[in-house]
Amino acid sequence: MDPEISKDTNSIIDDVTNADYKYGFTSDIDTEVIPKGLSEDVVRLISLKKGEPDWLLDFRLKAFRHWLTLTPPRWAHLNIPDIDFQDISYYAAPKSKEAPKSLDEVDPELLRTFDRLGIPLEEQKQLSGMAVDAVMDSVSVKTTHRAKLAEMGIIFCSFSEAVREHPDLVRKYLGSVVSYRDNFYAALNSAVFSDGSFVYIPKGVRCPMELSTYFRINATGTGQFERTLIVADDDAYVSYLEGCTAPMRDENQLHAAIVEIIVENHAEVKYSTVQNWYAGDAEGRGGVYNFVTKRGLCRGAGAKLSWTQVETGSAITWKYPSCVLAGEGARGEFYSVAVTRHRQQADTGTKMIHLAPRTTSVIVSKGISAGHSENSYRGLVKVAPNAADCRNYTQCDSLLLGSSCGAHTFPYVDVMNDTAIVEHEATTSKISEDQLFYCNQRGIPTDEAVGLIVNGYAKEVMNKLPMEFAVEAQRLLQISLEGSIG
Amino acid sequence: MKELLKVTDLHASIADKEILKGINLTVNRGEVHAIMGPNGSGKSTLSAVLAGNPAFTVTSGSATFHGLDLLSMPPENRSHEGLFLSFQYPVEIPGVSMVNFMRAAVNAKRKYFGEQPMPAAEFLKLMREKRAVVELDNKLASRSVNEGFSGGEKKRNEIFQMAVLEPCLSILDETDSGLDIDALRIVAEGVNKLKTPDNATIVITHYQRLLDYIKPDIVHILYKGRIVYTGGPELALELEEKGYDWIKNQVDKEA
Repeated sequence: MDPEISKDTNSIIDDVTNADYKYGFTSDIDTEVIPKGLSEDVVRLISLKKGEPDWLLDFRLKAFRHWLTLTPPRWAHLNIPDIDFQDISYYAAPKSKEAPKSLDEVDPELLRTFDRLGIPLEEQKQLSGMAVDAVMDSVSVKTTHRAKLAEMGIIFCSFSEAVREHPDLVRKYLGSVVSYRDNFYAALNSAVFSDGSFVYIPKGVRCPMELSTYFRINATGTGQFERTLIVADDDAYVSYLEGCTAPMRDENQLHAAIVEIIVENHAEVKYSTVQNWYAGDAEGRGGVYNFVTKRGLCRGAGAKLSWTQVETGSAITWKYPSCVLAGEGARGEFYSVAVTRHRQQADTGTKMIHLAPRTTSVIVSKGISAGHSENSYRGLVKVAPNAADCRNYTQCDSLLLGSSCGAHTFPYVDVMNDTAIVEHEATTSKISEDQLFYCNQRGIPTDEAVGLIVNGYAKEVMNKLPMEFAVEAQRLLQISLEGSIG
Repeated sequence: MKELLKVTDLHASIADKEILKGINLTVNRGEVHAIMGPNGSGKSTLSAVLAGNPAFTVTSGSATFHGLDLLSMPPENRSHEGLFLSFQYPVEIPGVSMVNFMRAAVNAKRKYFGEQPMPAAEFLKLMREKRAVVELDNKLASRSVNEGFSGGEKKRNEIFQMAVLEPCLSILDETDSGLDIDALRIVAEGVNKLKTPDNATIVITHYQRLLDYIKPDIVHILYKGRIVYTGGPELALELEEKGYDWIKNQVDKEA
């Protein structure tokens, strides 16, 4: 018999390949990078470069001064090397004289970069069902379909433009869901954030297309600190997608973002992420530190917020997209697939905070670990004393590929109202050799079989993704696990 | 070429315990072979080793499959070249629909032979046609592989997959176990419908029952890892009448 066939699974798991990160290229773009280091002067410089009003500078400075009093969080099940926050440049922007008015004014290398990533910025080339805001390093490059959306009163633009053109809206909502006092990385982001996306859907408007932001880190030695603010007014609806990639570099790059979502009466927001930052190589060199604070406030009655995430990238992930259910009958949903392999570490989950009566939430988390990775689900379900008749259902599954990886579950339940019904189910499983052999016998090679089995395992979550994303996400799941089992 | 499979002095073990102790077996195209034997004699091991299950180690011997060195091929290539194993205990694969599973199987085979993936319409037509062979209803397509299937449905699903993949050598491992008489009839009829002068079937079974429906040309008795007796269909009937003790006593006395 072929010795390859009889090799046992554990030894083959070490044969993990790493040639499959197809987004690992760098682009040669003329970039302005400010010197490394962080101080009040740097915060002022960022604000000055962006021509910001005083109130925003003030917000940044308050955040910075607060940040100085904080230390990085250590409670997660993560081994995070010390980060020298003075060794990072806090602002990098592709050089251009002014904001481009048309595509002709955008650096062609930039357009090529997004083209290579499969994100065409020419509107006529785009899927008709999607508008894109492309963010390279710290700056929004181009937002498509704006005119069409504006006819309906929908605002979809870069954060910087929103500050200039809709200052009252930004000022009203900025920091209203994630305060700069929230945590170390939220304070850091609030001090130095450079750009991001802003979305406002007016009362009663159903956004006719998917809105999408594509984040790309390109410059070296920089961090990316973007900020997304989405407001859905009464009875509005929007589906928002976020994708991200980075070049393969030996150094670690810090990504500390904030996403704030406000959902008013009977409005609905669907937020989907396919996170594919560079994860580092097989030995754990390089990769993005993805330390992100995402939270939505369902302020209105019957408001609904749904987070769907497919996480395959980043060396270390620390994020807990959460829902604060403050409006009566509001609903929060969290659907997550988190894949870790090689030396990747992920500590991710959600918080469902039930503050109002008859609020409901659903959590479906599917962790997949391979190689020497560590994959943790951490979740909080909280029901406030006067929130009667609340319901939560949590399902938390772990799938192990091999025996050198770890899967952990940290569910916290804090219920202060007797009428609440809170359910939690958890499973841990392995891809069995019987399943692989069954697939092999039918002619399906092992790599493809692993992809098939994993996609089947994650189906509940994948089904929640918008069509445009689902196919890409399925492929990503398959590619990201190639070579994980022999 | 008439000869489809030739197994010579095959030895195989699991966890250093030798299970197959020198199997010799020749199967020609158009033939139906039955391999019978008491529990623990190595029947399922033989089918697993021929299909390439990595849990078993071949320690010596050879097997040629229409001229190819079977034992050097990975299991998926054995499948592409026309070897099909109907499992005694088909596994469940949650979340993977039968349609996706079979599409992956069909297209993997086409890729192996340098062909393009099968167009969707053609594939669905193929599924429809083959489902009829084992009277499997069309809800099957959207259900996950073997998940929540009854014992009978699982075995019918195996024969359905066999119909789709059109193997030249089918090994049915205890396909009759856990089947009621109606399911047994449907499965057996399915196998008979798929029979051609160019393919061959090895039926592994403990009981004569299945052989009432699938008529073997040649019957082998496997005992303690060796084929100890080979005869015509009448051998199965004789076993049914006398039980396995008759063979056991004879072999153990000689040893």
